[in-house]
Amino acid sequence: MSSSKDETVAYYPGCALEGTAQSYDRSTKAIGKALGLKMKEIDNWNCCGAMEVKNIDPKLQTYLSARNLSIAEDMGFKKVMAPCNGCYHNLKKAEFDLANDPKSVEVNARLSKKAGHKTYEPGKVETIHALDWIKDSVGEQGIKDKVKGGLKGLKIANYYGCMYTRPRHIFPEKDQGENSESIDKPHYMDDLLDAAGAESVEYPLKTSCCGGAHTLSDSDTSTKLVLNLLQAAEACGADVIATECPTCHTGLEMHQIRAEKVFGKKTNVKILYFTQLLGIAMGLSPRKVGVHENFGDALPLLKDKGLV
Amino acid sequence: MVTQPENFDELLARLDEIEGVDGAYALENAKGLAGELLSLGENVLQFWAISRDEVPTSDKKEGFVILALHKQGAKGEPSFNACRETCREIVFQHNVILQAHEPKVTLGALKLMIMVVRHLALFVSGKLEVSGLGEFCCASKSVRQKSDIQDSVELTGTV
Repeated sequence: MSSSKDETVAYYPGCALEGTAQSYDRSTKAIGKALGLKMKEIDNWNCCGAMEVKNIDPKLQTYLSARNLSIAEDMGFKKVMAPCNGCYHNLKKAEFDLANDPKSVEVNARLSKKAGHKTYEPGKVETIHALDWIKDSVGEQGIKDKVKGGLKGLKIANYYGCMYTRPRHIFPEKDQGENSESIDKPHYMDDLLDAAGAESVEYPLKTSCCGGAHTLSDSDTSTKLVLNLLQAAEACGADVIATECPTCHTGLEMHQIRAEKVFGKKTNVKILYFTQLLGIAMGLSPRKVGVHENFGDALPLLKDKGLV
Repeated sequence: MVTQPENFDELLARLDEIEGVDGAYALENAKGLAGELLSLGENVLQFWAISRDEVPTSDKKEGFVILALHKQGAKGEPSFNACRETCREIVFQHNVILQAHEPKVTLGALKLMIMVVRHLALFVSGKLEVSGLGEFCCASKSVRQKSDIQDSVELTGTV
């Protein structure tokens, strides 16, 4: 799967990065530029079919994701980079279903024809996560070479969420030897942030549920799940939880506030996208990586640690 | 003699009690508490199995009942794999406590084990809470009944 530094990837921001997760979009673009990586947004992209469509008809979701892959292929790309875990998961699932499920292939071909665009063929375009993009194209050494102030003194709990590695069969490139990502214990974020000078703590809930899906149907359970994640991070000694998923990130930030208001439980750990942390390590300003766009104010901590 | 919790409220209350014990007591009884926490994790998955009209397995997977119970719970329910690593972390912290020689390590693992068991309990109780509405997990399957989605048949020809 390895990406070279010179290869331009198709960028699929997805809906969240244009809404609640603008800081993730901003910081992904900023560190890409700082690292000399190239990307181009997919023309006229559409929703990956994340939640609502899936609940009506999973085959329609597969088509929606496949349309994006098809456009990327038409634009001449071999890789689509998706920073959002939900999008990444759905695009990977479409790749898998269209390579293995004849019914999905048939529905996708029919809808593509009806919509008047080329039908996606499995294997032509591969979806990668923003973590893969950075890890495979510049790696830890590339980060070390670009680090200015670094993240020295910052303890981080790396939180991957539930969709980055599940279900395991749609991620055939993971668990493929020493340098590949692990399904059971993902480590790419740990590797990159450690290379940027941070100290990643052992965090036992790094792939546990954030309660994101329960936010509307059962807010109290979501708040309790998040509170447990926050308290566990603090118990591990973390100053910051690094995230890579807009749903997890927003949930952690919002329920941190709600936990204090509703349950009277205050936690101090800050929540930042891993791209924001890498940007700060490379000397980009907090504004450049959208720290001001997060709900929580991480600036006092970053100043206190001498990082900005 | 430890009483088995009959529901999630009792189970979560017991976790709070264990969290509240003083350090000296926790150190002296660390192995027993680790065993009880492992058993509470098993109870969570037993509640899940019972809610699905299944008899909770007493088999072991990789030497642990909790891992076999998770495997049972995930059968036909792929989204239940979202707590697979949580169960494995419970086993890991349990083993750390049994092997630890330093008080700091023992107490740290106990604290984390309580939190991991609590996470499992909250995750599973949340799934049961919404079970009347369908499956709302991020890795979910369709929540609607087939009869509700006839409209999509014309479009995709599926169902």
